[in-house]
Amino acid sequence: MNWITGTLGSSIGKKLLMAITGFSFCGFLAAHLAGNLTIYGGKDAFNGYAAHLHALGPLVTVAELGLLTFFLVHVIIGLILFLSNLKARPVRYAVNKSAGGRTLGSATMPYTGAILLAFIIFHLMNFHFVDKTDTTIFNIVSNAFSNTGYVAIYIVAMVAAAIHVSHGFWSAFQTIGANHPKYMPLIRTVSIAFAVVVGIGFGFLPIYIFLLA
Amino acid sequence: MTKTINLTLKVWRQQGPKDKGRFETYHAKNISTDMSFLEMLDVVNDQLTIDDKEPIAFDHDCREGICGMCGCVVNGRAHGAEKGTTLCQLHMRHFDNGDTIAIEPFRAMAFKAIKDLAVDRSALDKIIQAGGYVSVNTGGAQDANAILVPQEVADLAMDAAQCIGCGACVAACPNASAMLFTSAKVSQLALLPQGMPEAAKRALNMVRTMDELGFGNCTNERECEAECPKEISITNIARLNREYLNAGFFSRSI
Repeated sequence: MNWITGTLGSSIGKKLLMAITGFSFCGFLAAHLAGNLTIYGGKDAFNGYAAHLHALGPLVTVAELGLLTFFLVHVIIGLILFLSNLKARPVRYAVNKSAGGRTLGSATMPYTGAILLAFIIFHLMNFHFVDKTDTTIFNIVSNAFSNTGYVAIYIVAMVAAAIHVSHGFWSAFQTIGANHPKYMPLIRTVSIAFAVVVGIGFGFLPIYIFLLA
Repeated sequence: MTKTINLTLKVWRQQGPKDKGRFETYHAKNISTDMSFLEMLDVVNDQLTIDDKEPIAFDHDCREGICGMCGCVVNGRAHGAEKGTTLCQLHMRHFDNGDTIAIEPFRAMAFKAIKDLAVDRSALDKIIQAGGYVSVNTGGAQDANAILVPQEVADLAMDAAQCIGCGACVAACPNASAMLFTSAKVSQLALLPQGMPEAAKRALNMVRTMDELGFGNCTNERECEAECPKEISITNIARLNREYLNAGFFSRSI
């Protein structure tokens, strides 16, 4: 087992774990968004989607446990990397200028990550760990988003998610070593496009429901 | 006729590793725009010596941009704002009369402060000692072209081999990571047949040493690539990641 912890515990190994878990979250976001879009089909379409999803039974539980594990790995290693990177430069520069490499996404990764962590807890408390016996998921959702405060929180969180993904998506490819002159420009474009899709796709849903209510 | 400019310098002064350090202000007068940045510092030091003050310590050697000895952070940019230029090849024509210039040393935990602008970059040498070489048997030299290397691959190896080990990548990295340096040194050997027998051990040992020395972790910020005086590409970092992960998971080396 020594070689496994040795390889994964190194700086590149930690980055690999961040890349794999992060890339899985991109897949999760895509599936989550696809499901959420059924809300445009109306109340029945959305409730039907939720019912179909929950009909998978134990599969959903397995997926949830998998996501939770990946989530913990991503958050804990992200925190370890953040702290060790702070430690790597104990005396900061008085004058600090970018040479043009950093992007809004790359420069804010730990902070957008922290926003997302807080948001995910908030989101699960609102829509997941609630009593659903006498109501439908559509009712819970439309109830929540009739409140402008909720709408604002969700929009801010989705902007943070888009910024986080804009760096995370292409960065995952670079970390696993998939940097190729033929494909890298495409990967970087897809990274931005996916960030926009996540931001607008998720971000517009609360507005739509608010307007509907 | 030579143009001259007057500058205000805010220079980081630090007696030694234990000293906290602070900025001091100096006035550089009648600086020829044909001078290099280091020659400008020489002029300031001449005046300091005449005034019976301690001259500013800074690293330098060839002053031709090929040795990797010089380097400071000038106005927040390693080796100054000019692209693909070492500090010794940065000329004063890029500054305007009356400019204020902040000059700081390369800052990283792995680069111990020596004095003023001089830092100890021997941590980079330790990374090289961990595997940045090929073992060659003695004996008669083999025929040239006995091992064929495609020109394109040789070019890639040469691009990586341009690294002069100045440490600007570490200085420019928001995380003080030495990944661009290590990746260039791994790449120049991993790309060529002569480097392959030791490739797995090299990648494992160099990355391990890099981590132990207290450099930060790469988060693909790309500041290193933008700042590197030899314009080393981060495709080398991707290659290092491949080499390391391959070695870690699929080679017999531990």
